[in-house]
Amino acid sequence: MKDYSVFDILGPIMIGPSSSHTAGAARLARISKEIAGDGFYKVAFMLHGSFAKTYKGHGTDKALVGGILGMDPDDENIKTSLEKAEEKNIDISFEEVDLGYVHPNTVKLIFKYRDKEDFYIIGSSIGGGNIVIVNINGNDVNFTADKPTLFLKYKDRKGVISEVGSIFSTNDFNIASMKVTREKRIATMICELDSTIDDKSIESIKNLKDILYIKSINPIVR
Amino acid sequence: MFNKAEEILEVCKLENKSISDIIIEKEIEHLGLTRQQLIEKMRESLEVMKHSATEALEKEVKSVSGLTGGNSKKIEDYKKKGKTLSGDLINSAMAKAFSTSEVNASMGKIVAAPTAGASGILPSAFLSAKEKLNLSDDDLIKGLFTAGGVGEIIAKNATISGAEGGCQAECGSAAAMAAAAIVEMAGGSVEDSFNAASFALTNIMGLVCDPIAGLVEYPCALRNASGVVNALISADMALAKVESLVPFDEVVEAMYKVGKALPESLRETALGGLAATPTGKRCSKKILG
Repeated sequence: MKDYSVFDILGPIMIGPSSSHTAGAARLARISKEIAGDGFYKVAFMLHGSFAKTYKGHGTDKALVGGILGMDPDDENIKTSLEKAEEKNIDISFEEVDLGYVHPNTVKLIFKYRDKEDFYIIGSSIGGGNIVIVNINGNDVNFTADKPTLFLKYKDRKGVISEVGSIFSTNDFNIASMKVTREKRIATMICELDSTIDDKSIESIKNLKDILYIKSINPIVR
Repeated sequence: MFNKAEEILEVCKLENKSISDIIIEKEIEHLGLTRQQLIEKMRESLEVMKHSATEALEKEVKSVSGLTGGNSKKIEDYKKKGKTLSGDLINSAMAKAFSTSEVNASMGKIVAAPTAGASGILPSAFLSAKEKLNLSDDDLIKGLFTAGGVGEIIAKNATISGAEGGCQAECGSAAAMAAAAIVEMAGGSVEDSFNAASFALTNIMGLVCDPIAGLVEYPCALRNASGVVNALISADMALAKVESLVPFDEVVEAMYKVGKALPESLRETALGGLAATPTGKRCSKKILG
């Protein structure tokens, strides 16, 4: 039986009307923007399932756009996020698609940059404002972003896992989960920690040999 | 930690404590916060609730879809004329429940309690109790912990999701949480609180979730209004010392089983009930295309 906090029952504080179609959508887009990084000129949202069918009535579109502009699920500016995106010259598009066997509330966000390749993320809003990220640029992943999370890409070689583990342990971090996948000799690591990741650890990991990409995300708490 | 009402009743009896005392102690341990931090965290929720429950009383708030809105103000205006059948308290409570539901549907800020769909019931119940019983904000904050504790028992042993258990799991749970808290704030016993929660769930057992166009609007707002009235009368019955023949834990289990027995068409899929009426379908086509 899951142990709840009363704030799981009386909460989240959120912009309506739906915790899954609005609050979860905002959170998903906000986390995606953190992972993809700023500087994009366009975001294409590919909506699947219930997201595709009901996004207008639930304000899912506004919540998603609010999220990529950095708004949290309880930010009242979500209501006017489409206008805000226009002011910032960020191009937005929505398309209804079939993403296959995924959760009914799933969206693929494609971030477009002038100076680098597209970055895409697929995630689902699984209820009560909770989310799960399932794919990053073609890499299958599975993390909920409710813990501080390190996202790492590197040229596959022996010892990286132990080096990362040792940096965290030296700096007094406890690893909650770690998952490593590999494709064409490029490894992707997703590591969840019990406490907020500090700059010192990030810097040390960044300086390891063969690191291609590093990003840490701290969870959105109300 | 606790899982059942029975356990809370026992600890309250042994240590001569209220439900809110027990829940606050549990939360201090669970979240690692001081008592003051915990109270302040709940105060934030209370402030959002106060705002959402009063915003639509004076001005018409329309939903994003355009399907509903303005009913909170209508009821408030009607109440002010002084010729209601069910009295000021009930009409005011209904208007406040509508207010939060309308704010929610207009993409305003609310506290999911326990869900966005049922978010109108607790704020209205608490503000109504505040007025009637002359309570302070600190009293209400304590009461919110009681409400949260009752919600936890339901979430652990049944469900608070309309997709899983129908509207009884959302508006029924919210009414049960509110009723238990009102009883405590009114000076009732722990037993009275759980009797009130039992009545609230019993009164609407089997209520289906059939939102038109799948949106959190109609009949959700209506059921928030009737939900807060359910909470208030359940609290009154318990304070009058009416007893629930079936204990709360068993009522929760029954609600869960009833929810499981509901066909999928009546669990938030918008395929049955009001959503499947010719009018429901027409509205859906107009909004969603």
